[in-house]
Amino acid sequence: MLHFNFDYYRPSSIDEAVELFDKLDQDGKKPIYLSGGTEITTLGRLNQVFTKAVIDVKGIPECNVLDYKQDSVVVVGAALTLTQVWESKILPLLGEACVRIGDRTSRNQITLGGNLASEIIYREAVLPLLLSNSTFVVAGIEGIRQLSVHKIFKEKLRLKRGEFLVQIKVDGKYRKMPFYIEKKRKSERVDYPLITLEALKVDRSIRLAISGLCAFPFRSYEMEKELNNTDISIEERIDRAILRIPAPVISDIRGSREYRIFVLRNTLLDALIYLGGVRA
Amino acid sequence: MIEKLTLDINGEQWVATVRMADTLLDVLREKLDLTGAKRGCENGDCGSCTVLADGLPVKSCMMLAVDAIGKKLTTIEGLQDTPMQHAFVEKWAFQCGYCTSGFIMNAHALVNQHPDATDEIMEEWLSSNICRCTSYQEIREAVKSVLKEQRFDRKRPRNRR
Amino acid sequence: MKRYRVIGKSVLKKESWDKVSGRVKYIDDHQEVGTLHVKLLTSTYAHAYIGNVDTTEAWKVPGVRAIVTGKDYPLLIGTTIKDRPLLAFDKVRYYGEPIAMVIADTEAIAIQAVTLICVEYKPLRVVNSPVEAYQKDAPLVHDQIEQYLIDQDADTTGTSGGIRPVPGTNIANRQGIRKGNIERGFARSDVIVEEVFSFKQSDHTAIETRCADVEIKKTGEVIIHSASQEPFEMRELISQTFNIDEGKVHVHIPLVGGSFGAKTSVQLEPLAYVASKAVGGRKVRLRNSREEDIVTSPVHIGLHAKVKMGCTRDGKLQAIKLFFLFDGGAYAERAVPVTKAAAFDCTGPYTIDHVWCDSLCMYTNHPYATDFRGFGRTEVAFGVERTIDIMANKLGMCPLEFRLKNAIQPGDTSPTKVLLNKSNLGDIRECLLQLRELIDWDRGQRIDISDRIVRTKGISCTWKNGDPPPGVGAGAILTFNSDGGININCAAIEIGQGTKTVLTQMVAEKMKMDVDDVFIQMEVNTQLSPEHWETAASRTTFLSGNAVLRAVEDAIRQLKRTAAIILKVPVDELEVANKKVYKKTSPSISIDFSEIVYGYIFPDGKVAGTQVVGRGTYMIPGITEMDPVTGRGIQGPEWGVVAQAVEVEFDKRDNTFKLIRAVSVADAGTILNYKGAETQVMGAMNMGLSFATREGFLYDDQGKVLTTQFRSYKVMHYGEQPEYIVRFIENPVKGAPFGSRGLGEHGIMGMPAAVANSLSLAANVSLQQLPLTPEFIWKTRLKAGEVY
Ligand SMILES: Cc1cc2nc3c(=O)[nH]c(=O)nc-3n(C[C@H](O)[C@H](O)[C@H](O)COP(=O)(O)OP(=O)(O)OC[C@H]3O[C@@H](n4cnc5c(N)ncnc54)[C@H](O)[C@@H]3O)c2cc1C
Ligand code: FES
Ligand code: FES
Repeated sequence: MLHFNFDYYRPSSIDEAVELFDKLDQDGKKPIYLSGGTEITTLGRLNQVFTKAVIDVKGIPECNVLDYKQDSVVVVGAALTLTQVWESKILPLLGEACVRIGDRTSRNQITLGGNLASEIIYREAVLPLLLSNSTFVVAGIEGIRQLSVHKIFKEKLRLKRGEFLVQIKVDGKYRKMPFYIEKKRKSERVDYPLITLEALKVDRSIRLAISGLCAFPFRSYEMEKELNNTDISIEERIDRAILRIPAPVISDIRGSREYRIFVLRNTLLDALIYLGGVRA
Repeated sequence: MIEKLTLDINGEQWVATVRMADTLLDVLREKLDLTGAKRGCENGDCGSCTVLADGLPVKSCMMLAVDAIGKKLTTIEGLQDTPMQHAFVEKWAFQCGYCTSGFIMNAHALVNQHPDATDEIMEEWLSSNICRCTSYQEIREAVKSVLKEQRFDRKRPRNRR
Repeated sequence: MKRYRVIGKSVLKKESWDKVSGRVKYIDDHQEVGTLHVKLLTSTYAHAYIGNVDTTEAWKVPGVRAIVTGKDYPLLIGTTIKDRPLLAFDKVRYYGEPIAMVIADTEAIAIQAVTLICVEYKPLRVVNSPVEAYQKDAPLVHDQIEQYLIDQDADTTGTSGGIRPVPGTNIANRQGIRKGNIERGFARSDVIVEEVFSFKQSDHTAIETRCADVEIKKTGEVIIHSASQEPFEMRELISQTFNIDEGKVHVHIPLVGGSFGAKTSVQLEPLAYVASKAVGGRKVRLRNSREEDIVTSPVHIGLHAKVKMGCTRDGKLQAIKLFFLFDGGAYAERAVPVTKAAAFDCTGPYTIDHVWCDSLCMYTNHPYATDFRGFGRTEVAFGVERTIDIMANKLGMCPLEFRLKNAIQPGDTSPTKVLLNKSNLGDIRECLLQLRELIDWDRGQRIDISDRIVRTKGISCTWKNGDPPPGVGAGAILTFNSDGGININCAAIEIGQGTKTVLTQMVAEKMKMDVDDVFIQMEVNTQLSPEHWETAASRTTFLSGNAVLRAVEDAIRQLKRTAAIILKVPVDELEVANKKVYKKTSPSISIDFSEIVYGYIFPDGKVAGTQVVGRGTYMIPGITEMDPVTGRGIQGPEWGVVAQAVEVEFDKRDNTFKLIRAVSVADAGTILNYKGAETQVMGAMNMGLSFATREGFLYDDQGKVLTTQFRSYKVMHYGEQPEYIVRFIENPVKGAPFGSRGLGEHGIMGMPAAVANSLSLAANVSLQQLPLTPEFIWKTRLKAGEVY
């Protein structure tokens, strides 16, 4: 139950959407884009989101693309649900991150774009996109931009006012690379993460991205560097990587800072063993 | 914005005047008197509002009613004498009944989509709903009995049907 | 054992098909056009003076019909100590406490207006735990408790009676138990252990949130619809508080969507009454959101317990000294009865001659507490049963043998000094012996699966008497249909526990007829149904059952009297079965109920008999006052007992665990409906495990509750439950309907202790706090040097 009302628009093209946004913005409607709608309905009722107009991007064909034949590039529309992304098996690295978010029924509604643009700090679906150096396709009144994930996703999705996410592109070579993913929760099987860690092995080195540890999801080159330093023992690598966590580790109702680090340590160990064929 | 919507629910066309911000759950319950879907949290967490949209379970408290236009919706009121309802009764898979509509909708969709559902798939799907009365073991037995029955039906030679 | 036709059978719930087809109308499903909606403004502070409540902006929202603030109704209410303002005025005492309410055309408008009300707060020092509350220099949650009234029904007796707040402290009540001589007991002990246990408040989270509709008619009649377990107490409270004739207050209770004790407390109804009054008596609805249901409405009590236990070298328990600081929250309400009941059964089902217990209900700046399944026992058992394991461990004894050795027997006395016999006490030894088999106890309590994984079993024993205040009872009326079928009218409320169906089974059994011919009204209406003490304390079947059985006897008497005239057979030669009255010695001489239930007309126009209406009433005999200092008295009719076990698989590296198996063996007396009983116990076990491993409020240092949604307040989900096994021992109770014992709560009571015992063994540390999260286990092991 939302206590405020808004106008609802469902444009069928990118141009229509960005123009609508521009116009509604000028009219003072504080428009927002809507995709799965799960965040607007739940945060809205708690008065944490407010708008007078929503623009639903689900009717835009480009947002619903799911394709990997051409150019060996995987293209995933921002309006696809997490269930669709997972079931398509188009990019296991991504699918496995999606299938750990929320619960199954919610994943039938939550969309990839919605998760990436979420206010909630986890945005777990970005982990594989960081690891695979993906490209984000965004549309705004000035046209379409294609940007590296590292440019546009810094802690959160950094869109210009009026822009929205259309698609994600990932090099097809990532479809077959070995990866490790683990979501550790406080105790429930359905919960936000204590930490979600995804690691990808490219050639002989490991890439690492984590959500839940700090106040935003990240990929850390510094941590990767330590982990890939094969001159030292696996435990030492992990110890050093932990010293390189890029931001303060959070303490909240799901777990203390110390516990998160404990969990991280074990999970890193599992990841390295799994990907590196290292003995415990 | 207030608008007249037509929704396809349980194979019938229903017309309602709604606010654009109304959720599907609000409209089902308050405008159409389809009160089988319940408000347990209105936050996407409990599943008591679960209905089917094009055969897939969704939490109607997190779906805008306008978003449901063009989808084939099924609510508990649209299930008549289904094996899942029978199984819930026979296996004592409810007590107070408040979570039951949502649980049945989810379980019903599950056995349709995954006639060979493993324990793992059952867990993946059914952990979307919360029941505070039962131990879940009863629900598990109910769903398993439907899966088993379906399997048996499939194996039976057609001419004997 | 006696064989029954219908009793004991797994008769399906009468309302089954309504529940699986979405047809049941819970309160929120009845929607009446024209109903106004009420929304509460609740406190964002746990302890603060409130200054101006500015409603100017809120009034500007179109569709707002009225706004009520605490100043408009400076009333104090409560069913024990009258300490709770209807809406807070001058001071708020917990985060989430109602301060004002908006009545508007729609819920959305009401919410919108509420967000526009501005409240001035002047924060006060917060009492953030029962231990803090107990300190000498603690801020007082209530400055002048001595000035509060005590509910008149509550001031003498039972768990809800003899209440004595201690002025100048945060103690709402102190209940003692003094049995034997505690010093002597410890002097006789060779081994003494003393341990501290604790857990924070938590919540019932029934999936249906609390909701009340109120309408005031021109005649002054007040019509209440509510999801509640207490229609009669509610009627009384409304009538007293607002000075209305009780006869003018009508309460309707539809089927209730779960409660677990949550809906025993009357909170929303008086608010809705005031709201309706503010809009000229129009019908209003006040429905909790999930967040309000968790934090604004009453919760499950928290506890800080000190347990000291003394035992001889050969394992005979001698003495137990218990000190409980319960976190009753900001208002006394039903926290007081819970904390008293906790004292009465404090030892668990063991023979201990020297018992000392002080059970204190503490005021804190937390949400206020009410009944929760187990009513004090679940809480106490966590500490006592963990200590039993610690003691057995210290003595080098098997915890099961230790329990067997000390199991309470007929001939012993309870902590309240009631002499126990085979009827008023279940057979705990037999429960333990069966448990031993079912959990494969003798195959080992701890089995290493791998370097990392270990499987362990933990057990516990608990008991519970029902704690109705003296003089409570129930009534039932039976009417007949022209085909001889029967309708039951009684005020037991269906919250999912299956009471209604069990009552039809009782009638069918006694009448020797088909249960399909017995009907029962699902709704309760105080205007139509005979008075019934609240549907709580696992006593509903006991009270209503006895009333119903008496009504059946009454009806049979009337049927036979009429039949005797028609059949010309003396009454004592007649019998009833299959909707007929017949002659015992020649059954072919008979007459159908259908011919006589409305009176019989002979061909010549003469009549025999009149309409049959069975009438039965019942009052629990033998319950006495309970002494507040020594606890001496009879608190209830009988003790049901249960032995439980939980097997877990623990990961020594990650400190995570899986629940593998949970077993309950309960002496529940005669089982009235097998599947019903089994699933009740299983459901309660699941709730117990959920509570023990996941649940519990988290507060910030200012007393704000941080876990007000299912997103943050986590309960067990499908797939995490262990395999459940339930067995019954049917040791009948005299005076109970068909010899049944209370059942709805027993499944939960020992679960926290059993899983904690199991995990303590697995983790090789003593776990003395709930919930048993992996992080808590890890921290405990870290402190103990078990992990690095
Ligand atoms: C029950 C539940 C459990 C959850 N559990 C998790 C979890 O475990 N881990 C986790 O990471 N998250 C979790 N979430 C959060 C969830 O992923 C986010 O709420 C997500 O944003 C919702 O996606 P949506 O498609 O419904 O978004 P919407 O509600 O449609 O939108 C969310 C936000 O994204 C913006 N947006 C949507 N689409 C676009 C677009 N194409 N371009 C630009 N902006 C856009 C909207 O304007 C809005 O601000 C959970 C949510 C729920 C309801
Ligand atoms: S009401 Fe929709 S998930 Fe709880
Ligand atoms: S049956 Fe009551 S919540 Fe599931």
